[in-house]
Amino acid sequence: MSQRVIVLGGGTGGTLVANRLRRIFDAEELEILVVDQDDRHVYQPGLLFVPFGLSHTDDIVRPRSQQLSHDIGFVEAAVDGVDIQANSVNLVDGRTLDYDVLVVASGAVLLPEETQGLTGPGWMERVFTFYSPEGAAALEGALAKFDGGRLVVNVVDMPIKCPVAPLEFYFLADWYFRERGIRDRVSLTYVTPLDAAFTKPIASRQLGGMREEKDIELVTEFNTGEVDGEGGRLVAYDGREVPFDLGVVVPLHGGAEYIGRSPGLGDALNFVPTDEHTLQSRTAPNIFVIGDAANVPASKAGSVTHFEGETVVANIRHFLADEPLVDNFDGHANCFIETGFGKALLIDFNYDTEPLPGHFPGRVGLPLLKESRLNHLGKLMLQWFYWHSLLPGRDIPGMGSAMPTAGKPRELIRK
Amino acid sequence: MSTATIADTPVELNDEGFFVNPEQWTESMADELARREGIDELTSAHWTVIRFMRSEYFDKGTGPTVRVLGKSSGISVKELYQLFPKGPAKVAARIAGIPKPRGCI
Repeated sequence: MSQRVIVLGGGTGGTLVANRLRRIFDAEELEILVVDQDDRHVYQPGLLFVPFGLSHTDDIVRPRSQQLSHDIGFVEAAVDGVDIQANSVNLVDGRTLDYDVLVVASGAVLLPEETQGLTGPGWMERVFTFYSPEGAAALEGALAKFDGGRLVVNVVDMPIKCPVAPLEFYFLADWYFRERGIRDRVSLTYVTPLDAAFTKPIASRQLGGMREEKDIELVTEFNTGEVDGEGGRLVAYDGREVPFDLGVVVPLHGGAEYIGRSPGLGDALNFVPTDEHTLQSRTAPNIFVIGDAANVPASKAGSVTHFEGETVVANIRHFLADEPLVDNFDGHANCFIETGFGKALLIDFNYDTEPLPGHFPGRVGLPLLKESRLNHLGKLMLQWFYWHSLLPGRDIPGMGSAMPTAGKPRELIRK
Repeated sequence: MSTATIADTPVELNDEGFFVNPEQWTESMADELARREGIDELTSAHWTVIRFMRSEYFDKGTGPTVRVLGKSSGISVKELYQLFPKGPAKVAARIAGIPKPRGCI
């Protein structure tokens, strides 16, 4: 008898899991349904470039349904909730879908309304986020008109998608204003709840040095309690204030809302408690989690989602065959960090080993933790690979799921 | 790592002042730990947070972040900062005798 896998979310993780499963199982063996509330798949790494006129939202959005191979069903509907006892998904339109295995791939959502004042007066006029297509496009207009003053980049709280994106934003802002010849009239400040711009020690030293060279100020351990768009101030819970003329805020993130309406599925922030090595839900054995929706201690990033795919698909197959699961996901992340002027830096790390210098993927390859033009080209090429290799569920040349160790200082690798 | 004497009992603290072994903590240590953080008197609201921190730690393996505290402890983030002005998650974790919450890393 045919079994059914339901995938909630047609983004990076949901799409690549569905496509990989389809290659393993015939349609008679396994029915695969992908559910999403809309048919717009955003290439999220592209959002960073939109405010600087280097990309446009039209170039980074494609239909979700067209990224799925044939014989995968696409249901365009919002989810009301999951009944983990009944193994069913209730849709807002009243339909109920039963599953044998559920894949939660609904990512993280932005919660700007949870910060006092953030969506009040000044929102999308003087205070923006580049984490949504609408915000990134609006910020492009505001940056073009900005000809001097205080630009502040603020992360309200962790976790956020792509923790390096705010750093890339200020590096690109530095480049953008220099190109326009007005850098001396702009002050750039990064305001973070963390105790440094980046938290892993070796990468932090490298990135901190670059930030200082580019004359970007840093305010740490700042827990934003209020964003006053009208008055142009960030106000911390401890009373500190940072003034701005243009605010670029990364809002609070949470898991999808339906998770909060699904008893037993999520945590207080609507992320799904997940085993960090098998990627199985901690509360229901027939639920697997991929990407930003999981509460695993890895970065919320497309590369992590990509590397998780292999483990999730293997474990769905094992689960359906009543076999033991594999626990081989190592938290691997691989991120290009744009630093402006046509250069980028590459970091590669996992749960145990912090980003190290060296080369990727082996002794010969892209330089790690070092600015280069090659890395910038790598970042640009990623968009092509994303649509043509990563989403269809093929491997990207030179990119295994486990973190490679060959090009790194052996004494610093932890296992 | 170092050994400190809290309420006449030796305990292991790490370099940042967090307990290495949460089992070494007893309620009688809280007042002294609070004074080390500049809090003269622990109110019942402080205790609500301390007990919540410990139960979350033993339940989930890590103490909650400020945001999770604000959502789940029944005390708003604003009040949490009034109770623990130097940062609720870290300070309350030190007083509650649990390791640094993972979200603060």
